[in-house]
Amino acid sequence: MSNWRFWRRKPAVPTPEAQTDLGILVFASTSEVIRAEKLLRAGGWTIKVMGPPPEIQSGCDLVIQFPLMKKLEILRVLAENRLSPLQAVPRSGPLLKPVDLFQVKNFGRYLMVRAANMKLTVDKKTKTIVNVSGGGCPDVPYLAYRMVGQTLEEAPRPRDIGHTVCGYALQLALEEMERQCSE
Amino acid sequence: MLGVVGTIPAEELPLVVGPVSLGDGFLAVQGHEAPLTRGTAALLAAAAVCLQALHQPPPLAFLAGDIGLGQGSTQLYEYLTLHLAAHQLRVLTLHYILPMVDWHHRVLWAIQEMAAPPLLIADAGYMYVAKMSGEAQAYDLFTPDAGEMAFLADEAAPHPFYTRGFILHEDNRIPDLITRAYAHDNAARHLLVKGQKDYVATKEGILSVIDTPGIEALEPIGGTGDTLTGIAAALIAAGFDIVAAAILAARVNRVAGALAQPTPATSVQEIVNHIPGALATVLRSHQLGKE
Repeated sequence: MSNWRFWRRKPAVPTPEAQTDLGILVFASTSEVIRAEKLLRAGGWTIKVMGPPPEIQSGCDLVIQFPLMKKLEILRVLAENRLSPLQAVPRSGPLLKPVDLFQVKNFGRYLMVRAANMKLTVDKKTKTIVNVSGGGCPDVPYLAYRMVGQTLEEAPRPRDIGHTVCGYALQLALEEMERQCSE
Repeated sequence: MLGVVGTIPAEELPLVVGPVSLGDGFLAVQGHEAPLTRGTAALLAAAAVCLQALHQPPPLAFLAGDIGLGQGSTQLYEYLTLHLAAHQLRVLTLHYILPMVDWHHRVLWAIQEMAAPPLLIADAGYMYVAKMSGEAQAYDLFTPDAGEMAFLADEAAPHPFYTRGFILHEDNRIPDLITRAYAHDNAARHLLVKGQKDYVATKEGILSVIDTPGIEALEPIGGTGDTLTGIAAALIAAGFDIVAAAILAARVNRVAGALAQPTPATSVQEIVNHIPGALATVLRSHQLGKE
C-alpha cells in the first residue's frame, strides 16, 4: 500500500534573493556549519543554511547565510563558542537552495519520509525508527546504527552527531517525520 | 579480482587492505571485524557471498573507519593515489566516502596511469564526487536510486541535497532523468537505476527494465541498494559483461528480497542471507534461457 504525498515548505518572506544585505559564513567542515547553525538559531538570529557558491565548492559543503549588518556580533558569538569561520563575506550571487521537498510514503503500519537522498522509516504505533536508507556520506551508516531501534523521542539527532550534508538531510527527514507523527 | 573501497562507521578502525571473510553478522579484514550493517559492509557481504557461489576469490577490501569527519576517507583517497597500482583488479567499486573533489581528481589520475586500469563502479559518496568533479564519463557503472538519479540529471547540483525541486518531482519519470543526465555528461557509461522498477541504461537508451518480483517493502530497508551494487560488481568481476551483470543483479536482489519476506523493519542482513539462493535461481533461469 503506498500513498505518495508532496509537501513544500512555505517560502521565507522576504526571499533571500531579493536581499542585498546578506553575507555567507564559510567553515572548514560541515560539522562546524551544523554546530554554528544550532548556536545561532538558539540565539534567535535569522540565518539560513545554503549551498556554497561554485567557486568554493569542494565536496560535501554547506554555508550559513546571515544578515551582513550583524557580522561583528555574529563573529563574536561564534568565537565565544570556539567557532571560527574561514570566511565571512558578502553574498556575491544566488546560492544553491537545500531541498525543501519531502516525500511521504505510507506502508500501512510504517511511514517513510524522504528528504533529498535520505529516507527515514518509523513504526507508526510505537514511533520507533525501524530503518534509515539512502545517502552516500560516511556518517549515514553511523547515524543509522545509532538511530535505528530508538523512538523518535529518544533517538540522537543527526544535527548533534552527524557531520555531512547527508546527515543534515536526515535531520530534515526526522523533523518532517516528527511533524507527520504529531498530526 | 574485485576491489571495494569504502568507509565503515567505526572511528577506531584503521586503514585496512585485504580479502574479506564473513562471520555471523560481521565481516573481517586483516583481523579487524565490522558489523554487517548497511553501507559498504552490506555491499562487501553481498559481493562476497556471490563470489563464493561463483567459485571466485573474495573481494579485496580497502576500508577505513569514518563517522563523517573525513579522516578515514582521506586515508583511503591517499592510499589509492599512492598504492592502487600495486593491485591487480578487474573491477574497482568505490562506495561510501566523504566527497572531496580535489582528492577524487588525484585518485582518478592514478587509476588512469595504471598499466591495466580496472572497470570502475561508483555508488554513494563516490558517485556524488565523480559527478561533482565532472568526471562521470570516466566510470563504467553508476548505481543510483531514484533520488540520486534526479541529482545526476540536475547539472547544477553538486550534491543530492541541492537537487532542484522541479527535477526531484520527476521521480516517476526515470527515463527522462536518464536522458537528461547523459545530455550533460553526468552519467557513467552504464547506469543501473534502483527503484520500484530497476533500469539498465547507456547513452543510447534504456536496455532493460526489471520489475519482478516487485517488493515494495525493500525501499525503506537501508542497504538494499548496497547489496544490489555488490551483486553487480561481483558478477562483472566474475566475467559477465556489464549490461548482463546489471540485469542479473537486479533480478537476484529482488528474488533475495522476496525470499526474506521483508517488512519495512527488516534488516539488510536478512536479505544478504538469501542472496546465494537467489543467485542460484536466477543463474539457472538465465542458463535455461540461453539454451
